[in-house]
Amino acid sequence: MLDALLQGILLGGYYAILAAGLSLMFGVVRFINLAHGDLAILGAYLVLLVVEVLGLSPWLALAVAVPAMALLGWVLQATLFARTAKGGFLLPLLTTFGLGAVLQNGLYGLFGSDTKSLGNHIGNLSWASWQLPFGISVGQLPVITFCVAVAVLGVLQLVLSFSRLGRAIRATSSDPEAAELSGIDAQSVHRAAAAIAFALAGLAGAFLAMRAQINPYAGPAQLIFAFEAVVIGGIGSLWGTLIGGIVLGVAQSLGATVSAQGFQLAGHLVFLIVLGARLYRARGHRQGRWYNLFRLPVLPSRRAGATTSQAISEGRS
Amino acid sequence: MLDVKNLVAGHGLLTAVRDVDFSIGTGEVLGIIGANGAGKTTLFRTLAGVHPAHSGSILLDGRDVTALSASRRVAQGIAMVPEGRRLFVDMSVRENLLVAGENGRKGGWTLTSVLDALPSLKPLLGVATGGLSGGQRQAVAIGRALMSNPKVLLLDEVSLGLSPVAIEGLYEQLAGLRQRGDTAMIVVEQDLDRAMEFSDRVLCMLEGRIVLEGQPRALGRQAITEAYFGLKSAEVAHA
Repeated sequence: MLDALLQGILLGGYYAILAAGLSLMFGVVRFINLAHGDLAILGAYLVLLVVEVLGLSPWLALAVAVPAMALLGWVLQATLFARTAKGGFLLPLLTTFGLGAVLQNGLYGLFGSDTKSLGNHIGNLSWASWQLPFGISVGQLPVITFCVAVAVLGVLQLVLSFSRLGRAIRATSSDPEAAELSGIDAQSVHRAAAAIAFALAGLAGAFLAMRAQINPYAGPAQLIFAFEAVVIGGIGSLWGTLIGGIVLGVAQSLGATVSAQGFQLAGHLVFLIVLGARLYRARGHRQGRWYNLFRLPVLPSRRAGATTSQAISEGRS
Repeated sequence: MLDVKNLVAGHGLLTAVRDVDFSIGTGEVLGIIGANGAGKTTLFRTLAGVHPAHSGSILLDGRDVTALSASRRVAQGIAMVPEGRRLFVDMSVRENLLVAGENGRKGGWTLTSVLDALPSLKPLLGVATGGLSGGQRQAVAIGRALMSNPKVLLLDEVSLGLSPVAIEGLYEQLAGLRQRGDTAMIVVEQDLDRAMEFSDRVLCMLEGRIVLEGQPRALGRQAITEAYFGLKSAEVAHA
C-alpha cells in the first residue's frame, strides 16, 4: 500500500510536466490543444532521433529537442492556431484533432509501428532503484522525473510571478483586451505561451520514453491523462497541476494493486468525481465558464478588507 | 495632437459612429457627452484600436494610426481607461501598474510619479485589485493608463458606479493631472454638469454624429440639453 502510494506520487511528477503545457494553453491562449499528447510523443521521437543520429545521450538530446519543440509551438501558434482561434470554439478543436492525426501518421510513416524506448540509452537508470525502509524500493528515474517536474514548475512560477513576460502572460490570461490596452501584444504572448507549452510536452514525452515503450499512436492516451491532471488540480495554480498529477498517479497506482485494469479505471473515476464537484460548485457563477477551470496562478496578495484607513477613506462605491 | 477625420465605425450593419471630426491639443480636456447609444463608447474603442474603423482616419501628431493595433497605439501615446475599469483582478495594484509601464510608451510617468499623483494607491500596492472598492479600482485604472505615458488619455465613463464621495475624489485627482498640462484628456461622462465643469470643450453626440461642439459656457446649458436629447436636430452647432 505504502509502496503504491509512493509510486503514485512519483508518477504524478510526469503527469505534472505533461499537464502544465496543456494548462498554459488553456489558461493563456484559451485554446484546447487536442494534439498535446501527440506532441509529447513527437518530442520523444525527436529525442530518440537525436540520440540515434548524433550519438548523444538522451539528456544532451533534450537540449536539442526541447528548443525545437518550443520553436514548433511558436511557429504553429503564429501560422495556424492564431488564425483558427478567430473561427470560434469548434475550429481550434478540429484543427488540433487534425494535427494530432497528422502527427500520428507522420510518425508512423517515418518510424513504423514498432514500439520504441529511450530506456536502453540511459544505462541502468531505467531500472535502478533505491532501497528504503519497510522493504520499499524507489526507482531512480521516477525520482529524477519528479524532481525535474518540481524544478520546471518552480521556474515557471518564478517567471510568471516576477518577470515582464510572466506579468504579460498573466494579464493576457486575465483579460486579453485590457492587456492590449496596456500595450501588451497579445499575439506575441500567445506565441510565447505556445512555445513553453510545446517545450513542456516534448520534455514530458522524453521522460515517458525513458520509462516506457512508445509508439506513434500513444498520444491520445497521454492527452487524457494530461486533461485529467489539469481538471483535478488545475483550477488555481501551476502547483495545482502537480497536485492533480499526484492525485491521478496515486489513484492509478492504488487501482493497479486491485487489478490490471484498475490502473486506468481508478484514475478516470477520481477525475469524474473531481470534475463533477467542480462543476457543481461553479454552477451559476462566473467560475462556471469552462476556461476558468484552468486559471493561471494567483500571487498571494493582501485583500483590501484589511488594509489601512487611507484605503478605506478612498470611498467605496 | 490628435486629429480625427470623417471617422465611421459600427457593429456589422449598424453604424454607431458617423463622419466624426474633431481635434484635440496638448493639455486640453475634451468632454464627450450624449445619451446611451449615442456612439460614445464605440468612438472611444475605435480611437483606442480595439474596434476597427470602417473609414476615416485617426492622426496622432500627424501620423496615421488608424490601422494600428491597440497595443501599438499605446506605444504611440493613446491610452484608454475603459468602461468598467477592466483591471487584471488576480494581480496586485503594483503589478497592474507595472504591466502598463513595461509595455507602454516610455516617458516621465513612472511608478513613483504615478503614486505621487494618485497617493491613495500607495498603501494598496500589494493588494489584489479584485478586492478593491469602485473608487480604488478607478484610481488603479487611471494609474495604469498613465504608466504607459500617454499623449492622449481616453477616460470612458470614469464616474459610472461610484459613490458621490468617490467621484469627488476621482475628479480631484484628474484635476491634478490636468494641471500638469502635458496630456490631452478626452472624457466620456454621463453627468452633464460634471462634464461641463471639467472640460475645456464639449462634443455632444446623437445617433453617432456630433451635433454640438464648443466651450461649455459659450454653449449654455439649454443648448447642450437640447442636443443631448435630440430636441433640436440637424446641423452641427458650434460655439
